[in-house]
Amino acid sequence: MAQEYRIVLANAGKIDPASLDDYLNAGGYKSLEKVRTMSAKELIDLVRSSKLRGRGGAGFNAGMKWGFVPETAPETYVVCNLDEGEPGTYKDRTIVEADPHLLLEGMAICAHAIRSKQGYIYCRGEYPFVVDHLNRAIEQAKQSGQLGDFNIEVRMGGGAYVCGEETALIESIEGHRGEPRFKPPFPGVAGLWGKPTVVNNVETFANLPAIVKNGSEWFASIGSPNYPGTKVFTLTGDVVNRRPFEVPTNTTIRELIFDLGGGIPNGKAFKAVQIGGTSGAFIPEHLLDTPLDFDSMRDAGITLGTGAVFVMDETRDMVDVVTRIAKFFEHESCGKCNPCREGTFRSYELMKKIKTGQATPSDVENLSTLSKVMTKACLCGLGQAAPTPILTTLEHFSDDYKRRLLAAIS
Amino acid sequence: MIRLTINGREVEAPRGSTLLQACQLNGIEIPTLCYDPDLRLAGSCRMCIVECKNRPLFLASCVAPAEEGMVIETHSDQIMQARRVILELLAARHDFSCQTCDKNGDCTFQDYCYEYGIKESSFEDGGRRIYTVDDPNPFLERDYNKCIMCTRCVRACEEITVARAINVENRGHHSKIAVAFDGYLEDSPCVFCGQCVMVCPTGALTSKVSAGQGRAFEVDRVLTTCTYCGTGCTLELNVKDDRVVGVSSNREEEWSPVNKGALCVKGRFGWDFINSPDRLTTPLIKENGEFREASWDEALDLVAQRLQEVKDQHGPDSLAMFTSARVTNEENYLAQKFTRAVLGTNNVDHCARL
Repeated sequence: MAQEYRIVLANAGKIDPASLDDYLNAGGYKSLEKVRTMSAKELIDLVRSSKLRGRGGAGFNAGMKWGFVPETAPETYVVCNLDEGEPGTYKDRTIVEADPHLLLEGMAICAHAIRSKQGYIYCRGEYPFVVDHLNRAIEQAKQSGQLGDFNIEVRMGGGAYVCGEETALIESIEGHRGEPRFKPPFPGVAGLWGKPTVVNNVETFANLPAIVKNGSEWFASIGSPNYPGTKVFTLTGDVVNRRPFEVPTNTTIRELIFDLGGGIPNGKAFKAVQIGGTSGAFIPEHLLDTPLDFDSMRDAGITLGTGAVFVMDETRDMVDVVTRIAKFFEHESCGKCNPCREGTFRSYELMKKIKTGQATPSDVENLSTLSKVMTKACLCGLGQAAPTPILTTLEHFSDDYKRRLLAAIS
Repeated sequence: MIRLTINGREVEAPRGSTLLQACQLNGIEIPTLCYDPDLRLAGSCRMCIVECKNRPLFLASCVAPAEEGMVIETHSDQIMQARRVILELLAARHDFSCQTCDKNGDCTFQDYCYEYGIKESSFEDGGRRIYTVDDPNPFLERDYNKCIMCTRCVRACEEITVARAINVENRGHHSKIAVAFDGYLEDSPCVFCGQCVMVCPTGALTSKVSAGQGRAFEVDRVLTTCTYCGTGCTLELNVKDDRVVGVSSNREEEWSPVNKGALCVKGRFGWDFINSPDRLTTPLIKENGEFREASWDEALDLVAQRLQEVKDQHGPDSLAMFTSARVTNEENYLAQKFTRAVLGTNNVDHCARL
């Protein structure tokens, strides 16, 4: 039986998130104190050897990312991605609501590593209450001197999904249209206002205090060796326990849904699960024993993404679900690059055609070709990942498509 | 120099080059729509994508740095298919009214459709968004039914002219180029320089003054220097049947060292006086409140005689010469020489000092 293992949610429900004293009594800001006795290089080496990988979706080694910031850079920024725009994802909100100082401490630890004096938290526009909550915590931390000379500001997004992409997020903080930049240069070299910038997800920062406290070996020994630690998953859809779970990364999808999630309600059978958010893959029954770590998932052709787990029972029609998803991407494409701007619109049109029984097999062929081109040719992760639901449902649930086609109906 | 392999051939490129530059240096042609060497890079049209060994994604060669040891394919089956899909996606939004388009024969998008064999688009379900062509200014036609959203106009407006009159409005498929609040150009900071026309790769932005008078393949291009002011911009007169029917930009630094193709509203759009029926073609002398036509000899004699009379009666300092930026440096020199040596006064000035 799979068990929860709490690192980033260790204090959740145990302390009053509005109280700095509660956080201090739980050992808060001790790791930051410890970090101040270390050199930047020692700290980066510690994080690198812990093998902590980014929890926002790309899974890049956090210490290595920090190492890209030039040592001589006079001005650097720490940016926390709290845009959390993937439908079905609420892990970052859960962490911040339960334990806001954990995030601030994690950011301050990163600031020490890259000699930064200024941090920004880019908060999803639909989370105005989180902004207030964070501002109160920042004020407490500043008043009590915990953050030293590191300053943190909260910036609120305007509701654009694409601003969860790190360079679009940076553009948005700068006051421009939320559009991604081409990479390289990566933010570590030229980020916010052209200065070296580390952008990490809330969950990545929230792991840092525990890693500093318990050491890199401790962290590296939890879960899967190549993607160690825990991951917070948020369960939604046709599953009994629709709430967040923090589990070691060697937990399998099946354990997460059936042990912790309590399985499918109302005696229905499992049909599919979409992991990683709206741009995630649709996973059929036979892949459920894949461990929830980045590399195992990638090898199975799945992206781990943000940790959203959207469960669908046997009554759900994949064409129906994917049409709605295609509509979402048509709405959220920023419009900068051709394959995404035009491709998301045409994908949605083709999905509607399939859904309404007007499509022929050649329409499905076109959709598949378009989708494959988008995954490789789009400028940013949004366009590259947008066709994933289409491609994975075409692969694993092709019957749902076939029975909607004109030839099948007539 | 770095060494890399492109299409099976080992080539060299200077360190710091983009893949596009490396290809161009080695004679490999890569299609581009949003790329313009004079503008900030966008990397957004994705036409210039290439395949790189051991990289899962295609690289947009205009923004991807060329690196030592890269193995690049620029025209593999996968790449050609991706470019065709991108062109088909653009074709699905483009109004192919080539037969009446002033850019016919001079349209990068048309050229690529020809090269990649795009006769029709597989993505026309959902139709094409129809844009109203409505901007009452006398210079610039904006037909967004032909726009492919390369944003070269936006960048030219911001970076060359620094007017920042236009930008992208809305998001995704709904995005389009617009002035603030989607109004008219004349209510915006637009100065009608037409740099946007210069960089537009399609017929979305064209000159109203030249409309219907001749297409690129019908005109001779005659390089000349603009006479409107002293800056000395190079412009290209488009001549058809011995008539000037338009002005285009020559962007080669060698031929256009002063302006590299950039012009102002006068240079680009103010050439129709050449064939205007209102144009004076002979001197006029006013007698009893009425103008009458005169020969140059008669007119110049009259002017010389009157200048002499004023000088004799009131002295040389009662005369002054005010010259124009619309004449050449040499003519301006002669004018001041004439004023000092012949009229005998230092009262000489020039409109450029105002």
